[in-house]
Parts: sequence; structure tokens; C-alpha cells
Amino acid sequence: MKLAMWTYEGPPHVGAMRIAASMRGLHYVLHAPQGDTYADLLFTMIERRPSRPPVTYTTFQARDLSSSTADIFRDACREAVERFRPEALIVGASCTGELLQDDPGGLARTLDLGLPVIPLDLPSYQRKEHWGAAETFYQIVRAFAANRQRPETIDPLSCNILGPTALGFRVRDDVTEIRRLLESEGIDVRVIAPLGASPADLARLPDAAFNIVLSPEIANPAAQWLKRTYGMPIVSTVPIGIGATRDFLAEVRAAAGLPPRPLGAQAGRDRLTWYARSVDSTYLTRKRVFIFGEASHAVAAARIATEELGFTVCGLGTYMREFAREIRDAAARYGVEPLITDDHLEVEDAIIAARPELVLGTQMERHVAKRLRLPCAVISAPAHVQDFPARYAPQMGYEGANVIFDSWVHPLMMGLEEHLLQMFRSDFEFNDHAAASHLHPHAPAAPASAAAQPVRDESADGATAIDVGTGWTADAERELKKVPFFVRGKARRNTEAFAASRGIRSITVETLYDAKAHFAR
Amino acid sequence: MNKPFPPVALNGVCIDPDRVQGLSGTDQPGRILRQRGQHEVFCGLTSIIWLHRKMQDAFFLIVGSRTCAHLMQSAAGVMIFSEPRFATAIMEERDLAGLADMHDELDGVVERLLARRPDIRMLVLVGSCPSEVIKLDLARAAERLDARHQPARRVIAYSGSGIETTFTQGEDNFLAALLADAAKRAPGRTDSPARLVVAGCLADVVEDQFARLFTALGIDGVTFLPGRSATDRLTVGPGTRYVLAQPYLGATAAALEKAGASRIDALFPLGGEGTRAWLAAIADAFKVDPARFEAVIAKPLQRAGEATAHYRHWLSGKRVFFFPDSQLEPSLARYLQRELGAAIVEVGSPYLHREHVAGELALLSPDVLVSEGQDVERQIDRCRAASPDLIVCGLGLANPFEAEGRVTKWSIEFAFTPIQGFEQAGDLAELFARPLMRAALLDDAANRERLS
Ligand code: SF4
Ligand code: SF4
Repeated sequence: MKLAMWTYEGPPHVGAMRIAASMRGLHYVLHAPQGDTYADLLFTMIERRPSRPPVTYTTFQARDLSSSTADIFRDACREAVERFRPEALIVGASCTGELLQDDPGGLARTLDLGLPVIPLDLPSYQRKEHWGAAETFYQIVRAFAANRQRPETIDPLSCNILGPTALGFRVRDDVTEIRRLLESEGIDVRVIAPLGASPADLARLPDAAFNIVLSPEIANPAAQWLKRTYGMPIVSTVPIGIGATRDFLAEVRAAAGLPPRPLGAQAGRDRLTWYARSVDSTYLTRKRVFIFGEASHAVAAARIATEELGFTVCGLGTYMREFAREIRDAAARYGVEPLITDDHLEVEDAIIAARPELVLGTQMERHVAKRLRLPCAVISAPAHVQDFPARYAPQMGYEGANVIFDSWVHPLMMGLEEHLLQMFRSDFEFNDHAAASHLHPHAPAAPASAAAQPVRDESADGATAIDVGTGWTADAERELKKVPFFVRGKARRNTEAFAASRGIRSITVETLYDAKAHFAR
Repeated sequence: MNKPFPPVALNGVCIDPDRVQGLSGTDQPGRILRQRGQHEVFCGLTSIIWLHRKMQDAFFLIVGSRTCAHLMQSAAGVMIFSEPRFATAIMEERDLAGLADMHDELDGVVERLLARRPDIRMLVLVGSCPSEVIKLDLARAAERLDARHQPARRVIAYSGSGIETTFTQGEDNFLAALLADAAKRAPGRTDSPARLVVAGCLADVVEDQFARLFTALGIDGVTFLPGRSATDRLTVGPGTRYVLAQPYLGATAAALEKAGASRIDALFPLGGEGTRAWLAAIADAFKVDPARFEAVIAKPLQRAGEATAHYRHWLSGKRVFFFPDSQLEPSLARYLQRELGAAIVEVGSPYLHREHVAGELALLSPDVLVSEGQDVERQIDRCRAASPDLIVCGLGLANPFEAEGRVTKWSIEFAFTPIQGFEQAGDLAELFARPLMRAALLDDAANRERLS
């Protein structure tokens, strides 16, 4: 048993729902207890869909357990087909349905429903949402794209886009952006799946020259199968960030048999590059940033942070064990410990230990950052309703990079604000209790009273003093408070490490400045 | 992305004989339609969302699956982030395969939890569908843990599973478990039993208002169930009278009766009329002088009427359709019909405790269709055919209905908002009026746009 206050991922059948809800003409009959229909509101509320997801639940109750829950399942299948007239049906069980061992696949097959039925076997006590989505997508791609005859001649400039799904982070606009980008290269996008595709569309997957995987977490197994079965090459760079977008386009051109473009031909297609160069951004140099989320978004964010914005990555992790290797490789590049965990308390501890100046994470890290009073931007699912915006807000491609520049820099204190704060520390309204004016902290900032000081200090530092047998003199403690709050944690840690390495037992103002000189950025 | 529903031709109300398990021609008003099909409702776990706020030193530990944890954080929305006093012990493969002893595993989780939250006075183990299907005996686990953690904290258990409970029924089971626990500890108790138990979770502000009214009426020895603290005194005995403040308390009522308490039959305290009737039944039971009663409630009753009147023109004559959600539906419909002049098309309720809602049903006009249980697709068909002015339904249905150009009020808000009592009558009216006001505002703006 595992204690969980919060989960980064839902159960695997929610992943299957995301596939069904992404597609057209596909209906999902889910053997689940009364109550599991809560998942509908992920789609109708968080994503604000105007229609119910295409899911029929058996919603069995305790009194049904003594009789036949299998009959209830059969009835649900028949009625769903009759009412919704889908092209195909997927059937499966939620975690409780799984315990009943009614075998939805077997039952549905005996019904003679007159349409393809794809049984899903999603082990709820072992796997999670993304795995469920990937497995479901793989199964339906296999079901509809198997035993096809590839056309004699295939236009080399044709591709499919695999991976975009309902409830994905900014997926709606990513698709638009990437499609435009491909079209500008003269590439014809044939099928986008699962988002917006019908089962018949999936049957056309082998007709394109190659596949683009925008979300490896969801589309890798299906793309690998298409590669094995039809020899379709995979473009696997996730085009988030300028560098990644260029690499992506280079990979696309290679897959399409086009000559590489001269370096620099892409210049001027985004604003991030210039914005990051402009002197106003100098103060961003080596800001410490902690990154956590879906594997591909986290890896992409780390690259943007270091190569495009000049930040320093001080922590990098994912909640997806399936992608541990990718994160480990990336973490090695940036010289940080990879963090692979789905325990949000561990993530919180890691954030505190890394003492970042900016957190890029999921909805959960937004909360942690708020509590620690650290600036934060959301870069990955799980996200809440505010991260399904009305405006155009892709993460991918050139416009995605523009959006990223704004949304990551926005929570940081502006440069001038930062300088003034260092020079005049006791301004009554402009002090380090006041977060950037455009932020909306959970609770009003604590008054700058002496009593509130230690409490807030702890959170701004991210942690209390490490006990290494050294203590701070009152003078040194006071001097430390003059360090701007977003780097104070680092100053404390460096000074203590410095003192420990020199065997200094009592930290004075001198020690503080000795350490500062020693570690100078 | 979803295909729209095929249009279904219907003449008025569609009652499909295949799906109707019992159709009682004699029940008043009209007929009661009992249905069994897909239920689009929450499970009882969701009541933890308000219960953990009410009882500040209790912690609710769900023993369930990742689905249960996911439900809680999806339903609790933003609140999950303020270190809530609930969590899930997620069962894993090795638990089910018998590789791990479930009870040892649970003990381990509880130890970890209590180490993190030493302030907890009562730990509540909450059963879920998976824990019930595999017949994990949480009552026994609670007893064992209770013995181990006495006297610092109590441990109790109840079921909030979807297979056993719908939404607010989770609270019912919790209150029944509190009563069972109190009964178990009763032998050592010397304090005298409560004279009146008010059962059903109420917002603190509502509870305070009722407490003041009871004092003014000269009724003392009142206990609110649940209390605000796990250590609150809860003694029930013969001679205790109890009144339900919420309609979903079948098991709680049974537990109270088992302890010797007897019920005061009343309408539920929604709206001026409901609150007056509720208080009158109580005053009657305690033999309060009628003149005193009238004097005490005169002003608040008048205020309730005034506040409600502000919204009457929004709802008067409007046709309202209720999907099942909380069991509050019959009382809400009665209030809408009688105090706001609305016409009720259908009142759906997940469950009807006949005795407890008899008074409410009797006041509904006879042409109202009362439905118990649900077959959501057929109910949607009926709703579309009736084309009501306002649909009261859950969040899974609300936006899809709005997208069809219909006006909805999402129902779980009634469980999260102070709506009982005189002073809240106007707020309750506003909850119904607001979506209609909003639709009118936005339509007006759209019209202006078109004309200019
Ligand atoms: S208790 Fe049952 S209905 Fe509720 S979330 Fe858990 S499995 Fe689903
Ligand atoms: S804000 Fe979130 S939790 Fe609240 S209603 Fe909207 S989607 Fe649901």
C-alpha cells in the first residue's frame, strides 16, 4: 500500500478515456462502479468540452454483485452501440471492474455487435494514466492499421502526427502550430491521431511516408509498431524550444528526403531569441531553475532554460518511471541528480534542497512554489483549468517559444525591482515580502514584523539551517537577511558548507563574505 | 469531437417499461419512477471534501485505488493544495496478489501518516469499491488500530464506496459510524444524554444561527452531529429527540433510534417555509409556547421572505428539471415551487427515503414526475423532450447542456454552500436565479452587438 495525498497521474482507464475522447466515432464501454463517472468532469470542466466524453459506464452497485454484473456489461454494450452508433468500440474495466473478472473483451465479442470491438487490458494496480493512454492508442492503431497494403508510391513529403490527446498540456494549439510549420516546409500532414481522428483515419496511417511523434509518452508504442510493420521512419525530436524546433525541422527534412537547410535560414521566425539577447534579459543569467513534469516537457524545458535563456538547471525530474532513462541522460548533461518519483513530498523536499529561484513544473509544483513563495510556471500536465486557456498558447514551434519566454519570465521579479530591493531593504511596501506585483499569492504576504520574520525566512530559504555543528552569530544572521530573498537560501547553504569545510564553528559576518568571495558566481 | 446524440422522438415523458423496476401508482404526487441504468453521480467518498473541513481534528484515510485518489483530487479541485486532512492508501499489485498482508500494510501507512500529522485526534478509515470487493475488513482494522492508539486518538471506519453510497450518503455512513463509536464508549460515560440532536453537516454559520434560535426558544441540551471536533461530547439515550437537518441520513437515523432517540418529523430547513416548519416541529416537541415561537421567528422569517422575493421574477413560471445528485432535490424543488413560483418538471433523486421526505413530496404539485435512481441516457432524452428553462445537474452534464443552448445550475454547489435556515433563503434563491440572470445578460450583450 502506498500513501498518497496527491497523484500526478490517474488510473490507466483515464488514459484510455483520453484516447476515446480525443477521437471521433470511437466509443468506450467501461465496466466500473457507480461513481467513476467523475472522470467525465475532467473533460467537461477542466478542458471545457461542450460534449460528454464518449464513454458508457456500467455503474454497478453492491446489490448487483450478487447477481450478474456480466449481464449489466452486456446490456451497456448493446445500448451504447444502438444509441451512439460508433464505428468501433473499446471495452475495458476500471480498477474495481478488474477485480470482478468479468472479462469485458470476451463478453463483448460474444455479442455480435456488428462492429470492431477492441478489448483493453489495463492493469490498474500496476500502471497509470499515460501507460493506459499509450497502450490504448497502440491497440487501436494495431486494430485498424494492421494488414494494410501500403500504396505503391508514397509521397515522400507526407507524414502523420501521432500523440496529441485530450487533456494534454496545450495540445490543441501545439497541433495548429506544428501543422503550420510542416506546411511551410511543403510537408503534407495526412492523419493527426488520436486527436480528431476516426478509426477509418487510423487505417490510413500506413499511407504516409513517415510518422512524427509529438508526445512519446502516448504515441511511442504505436509509432514503433508502425515502424516494425511498415518500415515507417519516426521523427522523435519534440519541438519545444528554438533549438529543438530547428532539430525537429532538420529531422523532418531528412525523413522527407529534402536537403538540409543552411544554418540561419530559420532566423527571425521567433521572438524568444532576440528577447533573450536584449539587455533587459541580462539579469536572467544563471538563475537557478528547478524542472519537473512529463518527461518530454521536462527535458525540453531544461534545454530551453540552459541554451536559450541562460538559466542554470538545479534540479530535473519526472513522475514517469517509463522515461527514467531520458531524464537520467539529460540530468547528466546539466550535472544534476535526476529525480524520478511520483511522490509529491519527495519533489517538495528536492525543491527545498535545490533552492531554486524559479520552479517549472506541474500544477502540484505550482502549489509547492506558492507555499515556499518561489516564482513558478506550469510546463506540463497535470494542469488545472487555468492551463487550458482561451487564447492561442502553444508550447511547440516558434510561437510556442514566444509563449514560453513570456510565461517563464513573467513570474520573476523585474530587473530594476531586483536591484532596488538590494539597495534599499526596508521600504515599507516594496520589500521582499511583496512578491512580483503580477503574482497572486495564495495568502496575503505576512507583515514585515519581527515576529513574522523567522517563519517567512524559513520558507524563503526553502529550509532551516543545516545542522553541521556550526552556528550563526546574531550579526551574521542579520547580514544574511540583507541578501535578496531569492538567493538567500543559496547564500546560507554556501556559507555553511564553506564554514564546515574550514572547520569554522561560529559563522560571523566575515565568514559570510569569505564564502561569498569563495563561491562568486 | 463526440457525435451528437441521435434525436429521440418523444411524446412528453418517456417511461420505458423495460427499465422501470417499480412504478407505484398510488404514491403522491404523481408517480414515482424507479430506474436502473448508468448513474452519472459521485460516490460517497466525495463527502469527505466537506466533512474534513467541518471536523478539524479528524483525518480521513481512504483505503482504495488510484482511481479513488484521482477522484478526490479532481473533485476537490483547488482545495487539494492546502494540505487537506485526507489521503488515500493506494492498494497495489502485491497487496492483491497476497504477497503483502493488507493489514500490516495498512498499519504501516497509518504509522507514517500519524507521524506526519500528530495533531490528528480521530482517524477515519474510509472504505472504497476495491476494498469492499476484496472484502478487506476495515471495521476490524479500525478496532485494532483504535486499541493501539488509545487514548490519544480514536480510529473508526465507514464505507464511502460507489457501490454502496451516492455522494451525500458518505456523510450518512460517517455519522452512523460516529454514533456507533459513541455507543461503544458509552458505558464509561456519566454525562446525561442530549435532549436534542440535530443531525446533518451544516455550515458553521448556519449552525450558529440555529443555536441562537434554540436558545431564544428556550431549548437547551442541543448537540449538532457532526460536531466541530472529534472530541465533542456525543451522548444519546432514551429521551433524546433528534431532528434531521439533511434528507440523506437513513443510516444515521437508524443508529440514533437504536440508541433510544426518537425522531421529530419535519420538512427540511430550506427556504422560509421549510425552516419555519422545521423549527415549529422542534418547538412543538419541546412544548415551546406558540406565542413565544412566533415572536422568535417573526423577524427572520420576514427577512427570508424579503430576500427570496428579490429573485422571484427570475424563477416564477420557469420550468425546472432536477437530475439526481444529493437527495436534497425534493426539498429544493418544494422550495422553488412554493416560494419562487417555479414549475417543476421532474425531480430526480439518487435515493428516496420515503418516510423522511414524505412531507416534501406531499407539497409538490401532483404533475411532478419523481424519479429515483437513474438511467442517464433516458433521463437526458426526457429532459430534452421537456426542454425546461433550468436544468439542475452535475458537472459532467452541465457544460454539454449549455452547449446545446440550455441553462443549467450545477448541483454539487448545494452541498458546499450555506443554504439552510432563514438567513440563507435569499442566497439559495440566488443560486437558482444566477444562471438565468447570466444567460439573459450575455444574450442581451449578443443582441446589442448584432443590432449595432
Ligand atoms: S470509491 Fe469506488 S466509485 Fe469512488 S472513486 Fe473509488 S472506485 Fe470509484
Ligand atoms: S475550478 Fe476546477 S475543481 Fe472547480 S469547478 Fe472548475 S474544474 Fe472543477
